[in-house]
Order: sequence, then C-alpha cells, then structure tokens
Amino acid sequence: MPGPGNNGAEHRVAYVNARLLDPASGLDALGGLLTKGRAITNFGEGLFKHGAPEGVVVVDCGGHCLAPGLVDIRVQLREAGIEDRGTLASAGRSATAGGVTSLVCLPNTDPVIDESAVVEFVARRARLLGLAKVYPYGAVTKNLEGRELAEMGLLAKAGAVAFTDGVTAVADPQVMRRALSYAATFGLTVAQHPEDPSLAADGVMNEGEVATRLGLIGIPSEAEIILVERDIRLAELTGGRLHVAHVSSAAALQAIRQAKARGLAITCDTAPPYFALNENALGDYRTFAKLSPPLRSEGDRQAVVEALKDGTVDAIASDHNPQDEDAKRLPFAQAAFGGVGLETLLAISLELHHNGHLSLLDVLRLLTVGPAELLDLPAGRLREGGPADLVLFDAGRGWKVDADTLHSKSKNSPFDGRPVQGRVLRTVVDGRAVFELEA
Amino acid sequence: MTQAALDNAPYPHRHLLGIEGLSPQEITYLLDRAETYVGRNRQTDNKKSVLRGRTLINLFFEASTRTRTSFELAGKRLGGDVINMSVATSAVKKGETVIDTAMTLNAMHADVLVVRHSESGAVKLLSEKVNCAVINAGDGSHEHPTQALLDALTIRRRTGGISGLLVAICGDIAHSRVARSNIHLLTTMGARVRLVAPKTLLPAEAERLGVEVFHDMNAGLAGCDIVMMLRLQTERMHGAFFPSLREYFHFFGLDYSKLANAKPDALIMHPGPMNRGVEIDSEVADDIGRSAIREQVEMGVAVRMACLEALAQPAGEGDGG
Repeated sequence: MPGPGNNGAEHRVAYVNARLLDPASGLDALGGLLTKGRAITNFGEGLFKHGAPEGVVVVDCGGHCLAPGLVDIRVQLREAGIEDRGTLASAGRSATAGGVTSLVCLPNTDPVIDESAVVEFVARRARLLGLAKVYPYGAVTKNLEGRELAEMGLLAKAGAVAFTDGVTAVADPQVMRRALSYAATFGLTVAQHPEDPSLAADGVMNEGEVATRLGLIGIPSEAEIILVERDIRLAELTGGRLHVAHVSSAAALQAIRQAKARGLAITCDTAPPYFALNENALGDYRTFAKLSPPLRSEGDRQAVVEALKDGTVDAIASDHNPQDEDAKRLPFAQAAFGGVGLETLLAISLELHHNGHLSLLDVLRLLTVGPAELLDLPAGRLREGGPADLVLFDAGRGWKVDADTLHSKSKNSPFDGRPVQGRVLRTVVDGRAVFELEA
Repeated sequence: MTQAALDNAPYPHRHLLGIEGLSPQEITYLLDRAETYVGRNRQTDNKKSVLRGRTLINLFFEASTRTRTSFELAGKRLGGDVINMSVATSAVKKGETVIDTAMTLNAMHADVLVVRHSESGAVKLLSEKVNCAVINAGDGSHEHPTQALLDALTIRRRTGGISGLLVAICGDIAHSRVARSNIHLLTTMGARVRLVAPKTLLPAEAERLGVEVFHDMNAGLAGCDIVMMLRLQTERMHGAFFPSLREYFHFFGLDYSKLANAKPDALIMHPGPMNRGVEIDSEVADDIGRSAIREQVEMGVAVRMACLEALAQPAGEGDGG
C-alpha cells in the first residue's frame, strides 16, 4: 500500500484490471495504468493483462472504473486562513473521499483572497496538507464589496486561476463592466454568482406555490435570469470571459445557450442539487435544503438536465458550502444558505448516467476535463507525464448518504438519507493514495 | 484675414481647434516654421515683431502652468501683448459661462485667443462666438493640437522624419486629449501607431482611428521607434478603472525591462506632468540618452510661435474678422 511516506520519485504503482475512463480522449477500455513518483508514465487498453512488472506496487482495481481525479471548481473553505487548521483539513478529507483531486476555492475565506499574499498563503497551507490540490479564485472587488476592483493582475500572477466575488454577485453594472474589461486585458475569466441582490433580498427559497404554502419569502427565478442576461450583454460589450456559476433556472440556461450559439466566450456550471432536487425537497422546513441559488421548480430541474445533455452546461461543481449545526438549526428564514457537496458530487452526478440521460464518459467529462479546461488547470485527463491524480470508483455500488458519516466537519447535506449508486474506492493525488474506502 | 487671403495661405484655417482634418502639408508647414524658431529661441536676442500691436489672451478654464507659460512666452517673443485670464468654472453652468465669456472678449477686441477647457468641445463652442482666431490649448478628452505638433517636431528633429516610424502610445488613452491629437497627427504623417493600455483605459472602437491595440506592454512596445507615455488622469476618472497604482505600474508603467522590447535607440516621450513611479519609472524618465521629455518642453515654445504666426492677421490685410 503506498502510504504518504512512500512517494519517492522512483515509487511505482501499477493499477491492473481497471476500466480506464478518460473523457478527454474518449478512452473506455479494460486495461492498466502505471504511475512513477507523481506522474502517470503509461496507461492503455490491455496493459498489465499478463501481470505487472517486477518491483512495483500492484493495485488490483477489480474491473472498477479508474478515471482522472475529479476537478471541483466551486468549493468554500471559509476559514482557510485562520488558525483553525481543522477546517481546511476537513475540506481536504471530504474532497478526497469524494474522488476530488483538484478544487478551486472561493475567495470568501478569512482573510479574503483579494491580495496576492493571501493567494500564496492559501496555496501553501493546502500544499502542506497534501490532500486535494487547492487553486484559489481571486476576488473581483476589494473585500468582496462590489465597489473597487481587486488587483486582478497581481492576484493572477500569484496563482489565482479566475475571479469571482464568491457568494455575492458583482451587482453594480458599471463595476461588472470594468471587471470584465479589466480581466480581459489579462485574458482572465470572471465567474459570477447569478443573482440580483435586490430582487433576492429577504428571500429564502424559490418564489412560487411552495413558498406561498410555507409562508416564506420567495426569490423569483428572474433574479437569476436578469443578472445573467445583463452579464451576457456586458461580456459582449467588453469582450470579457464570463463564467456563470451554479445556474439553476430554465430561462438563464436558455440565455446562456443562445449566447454560446452566438459565439460569445460564456461558460457555466451547475451543482448536483439543481439537477437532482427541486423545491419540494424543503419539505417541512428542512434547512439543509436551503441553498443559494434556491432549489427551484421541477420544470427548472428538468431544464438543468436538458442543458447538461445538450452541452450548454460545461461543468458540474459541488458548490460545497459547509455550515455548522448552529447555523442550520434555526427557523428556516434565519438559517444559513448552503450545503456540503464534495462527498456526494460523484454519486449524485452518476444518477444522470443511471437514469439514462448521459453516458458514463459524458458524466465524467463534466467532472474532470470540462471544469479543468474552463480554468486552464493542469488536471482532469489521463496523460503520460501528467500528474497521477486518479479516482477509482465502483459505478454500481449502492449506498445511502448519511450526514453523520461524512468526512466533512459540517454535516449539512441536502442529500442526507438519499440512496445513491456509485462509490469512490480510492483517490490518488500525485501518485499517492490519499483516500481508501474502508472495507 | 479675407477669405481669399485665407485660401491662399499655407495654413488656410482661421482657428487651430484640432489636428483631425489637417493635411500633411499644413502640418509640415507648421513644423517647418517652428523649426526656424527653435534656433532663434536659443539666442539672447530672440524677439520678433510678427505680433506687434496684437493682443493675445490666454483663457484658461482649467489650471495649467506649462502650457499657459509656453503660450505666454511664444506670444511675447513674437512681440505681442499677452494677457492671462483664469476663469473659475462653475460645475453647473459651463455652457453659459463659455458664451458669456466670449461676449466679454469680443468687447475687448483680442486678436488671438488661446483656450483650455475641461469639457470636450467647449473651445469649438467658444470659437463660434468670438471675432478672433482661437487656438485650442486642450479641451477635455478631445484634442490638444499644439502638444501633438511639439511632439512631432521633437520626433522629426531626432529621427529626421515621421513617416514609417512605429509609435506606441501607452497608458490612459481613454481620458487623453494628447493621445487623440497624436493619433491624428502621426497617422496623417504616415507613422504606424499602437495603443497600449488595459481595456478599461481604452475608448470604444479605438482601432477605428487607424491604430493597432495592445493590452500587453511587452508585446505593444516590441520593435517601436517611439514610446509615448501618458499621464494617468485620475481627475477625469469616475470610479476605478484599474485596481491600484501599484498594479498599474507593474503591468503598464514604463521601466527598463519593458522598454527593452522597443528598439535599442527608441525615444521616450511624456507630455508632462509625470506621475513618477506610476506610468513611468523615474530612472527611465531622467535617462538623458533616451528621454526627450525636456526637449518636448523646448519645442513647445517654438511650435506655439509658429501657430500664433500662422493665425495672426498679416499686416495690411483688412481690418480683422
């Protein structure tokens, strides 16, 4: 077993008897893969069919799926900066348990990632932890206040892979225009939380019949579509690259679909709750289902599935947002928004395959090379000489999401209690196993 | 000057409001005349009597030291009477103020008005209301023709000609009248012009002015003969066009490392006043071998003398108007 102390440059591991899946190249075949040190050195159909070479550690995959490690482009680390190292470690363990080997964290950490020193600080702490690779978003505006531009050029130089104000939208259209324009100077992407804050103000769930029955203030899906349509116009005006995060509504997806058809540099992602759940999941005021953007109507959910099928959506991200019990055990309107998602990302996404909407390779594309290409990350594909970041999973294995057994310190999963299919068996980062499912 | 006299003059215009629309011959004429004044200005006895008996009014609605002084000197060396008027602008009633001022000036029978105003188009408006020749000494973000002419004279004296040169104009293009006048002059005279700036400091469809647009200094300066830096005009900015001066200097400030992309003998220019350490590194600005910044100031007086001479009514030709 290659342990953490075992990652010398010569350390070699042979993965035999694997169903190799590489969405980037379309590979789906029984074969093997060899890693040396941190890199993949060989892989292919039929490799190690007659046994692995001498002197290497052999991992028998038992015919299960071996794919590039998942790339999650929307994760909140929250307290990455402060002395509570537990939070980053907990996110790291949660990521690797979910098969995620690269994640991009939002800048709403403490301190905010609006200075190059913080970019370096977060990256260094994550490296020390040695779990999933952490790439930071830089802030679009100073202190995420939506007013003055952050030093995007210097942040990018320090390692920020793209820019966003995290869970808040850049609301002022002039600021957004300048942000897109300035970012385009350096060829950088601005990712937007698509919600008009004034239309969403005080709202706690999707506006409609369910909100009416529950007596809760709704957020109309127009809060999303209006901001998305505005941003598409601004992207067109400035020539900037716009990424719309966690799209949840049919109308916004239609606007993005049309913008893409016009050839604009616009991309988007969605998160598992938006194709696997609808507003009825709130049931009797379940605060774990209080998300931002809110879970929407069944029609919106189906539109998200369609957009995943026709390529309008470029990536699935977990939208991991840990909240402790104190923040969720409150009357619905007072409870915090957000759900953890790293550990359920793969299983919920595989529902799209099990339900016949997408092929296994297409689901994996949305979780690997799709997001990696959006932000130019060196991840998400099987490549000789590339990093040995891998996930081994049993696509058919059933299990039940149990918030209490999640590795995440926070247990606020909107999928708690859901029977799912598809389980991560092993996660490998830089050639080292960083997660193994206990038998 | 009568219309017939105007039509036959080498500079056949009543005013100098901008470079846009001037022909290469007219520009060359002004530069040639300015050239003759350069040598003369270096002598002790440098007075001429071209403007004897004429009144030049420097009308500045916006603060200026070097341009006003330069015009004042130019007018005095040509033997004219020079009066400086600084008019405090009222933010709300600018239009009215300009026209009211024009009426007052008409009553004073000035011969040449040199006008600077913070609003684009204000000098043109004034020129339509007064009975004398008007020189635009800078209107808003529109034009600053004598600056472009003095830049051209500086370049011509250093390189021998303007045609065929590759010129990079860098920095705050959006707010710069100097940039606009220089773009018109340089492209009219056959130079190739590049604009180098962050997208937020470039006006819309700038490439339609016949220039190439760059967002990266190293790429934009590659192979250039002339590097023109512009002052960041924070006073004209509403809201943030870039994150910080530190970041601006890092990516768009002229230092030796970025300058290394230009031709080895590339000339550095700046219309002044400089923000040292913001758009230009102090060492580069003061590099005697490379920087023409001091020479630009000297050329300013000569160019303004040439412009005043061209606009002044020649003796014995009609009674003005």
